[in-house]
Amino acid sequence: MLITRRIEFSASHFCYNASLSEEENRALYGAAANRRGHGHNYVVEVTLEGSPDATTGMVLDLKRLKEILDREVIGPMDHRFLNYEVPPFDRVVPTAENLAREVWNRIEPHVRTANTRLHGVRVHETEDLYVDYYGDQE
Amino acid sequence: MIRVTRRYRFSASHRLHSGALSEAENRQLYGKCNNPHGHGHDYLLEVSASGPIDPRSGRAVDVGALDRLVREGILQAFDHKNMNAEIPEFAALVPTTENLALEIRRRLLAGWSRTFGESGPKLARIRIHETKRNIFEVTEGP
Repeated sequence: MLITRRIEFSASHFCYNASLSEEENRALYGAAANRRGHGHNYVVEVTLEGSPDATTGMVLDLKRLKEILDREVIGPMDHRFLNYEVPPFDRVVPTAENLAREVWNRIEPHVRTANTRLHGVRVHETEDLYVDYYGDQE
Repeated sequence: MIRVTRRYRFSASHRLHSGALSEAENRQLYGKCNNPHGHGHDYLLEVSASGPIDPRSGRAVDVGALDRLVREGILQAFDHKNMNAEIPEFAALVPTTENLALEIRRRLLAGWSRTFGESGPKLARIRIHETKRNIFEVTEGP
């Protein structure tokens, strides 16, 4: 069984690879390369896979999942400038792809239980662009 | 592996009518969708591509390249068109959204390697919302 919780946070970022020239960054990222930054209302969907616990009837207590997401994702990232305030984005370009992987890395150890595993992380950067990450083992 | 999904919109008209069936059978099968003058939808098209994150860009898919492929390969052909009359493949094939999804898949694959090269991201999924309530999906792979 899959269960999904959706969270939102707003943050600014820019996409710029310091090992490339200004022109190469412009060609690669377009307007997103502007180093003053711009923002998004990110929507993140976290999906867990598991079977309901025999006692609680739950895959994972959603209150607990909310606490994990608040602590690991919303707290550090909401109303922040990702490139300057949220490691590893001081050295990793905060594309939606890398953000999905970072959310995965931050929460995966905390949601893993005997009967539950993290199935996927979906990051909506805008209404018309989203990415799915299912971990590197797949 | 990352799957990147981009949403696009186009408006088009169609009429569901099969030449293999009688007028009465068509009316019975397709109901209002068999109206001789056709009708239209605001289609919402999701195109997904998957691949590893490129360490140089931090991205798995060049969204600008995907946008160009979809704009030139799909939207220019379908947007504000009468599909039965203006899409050659639908002269004989009923433009249900099932068939539309397969036709869009065929056209995307035809331009895919020219856009992304042989080692680039792969087409992973096409999903078309005909209305808010009717959604059709074709997934690639085994």
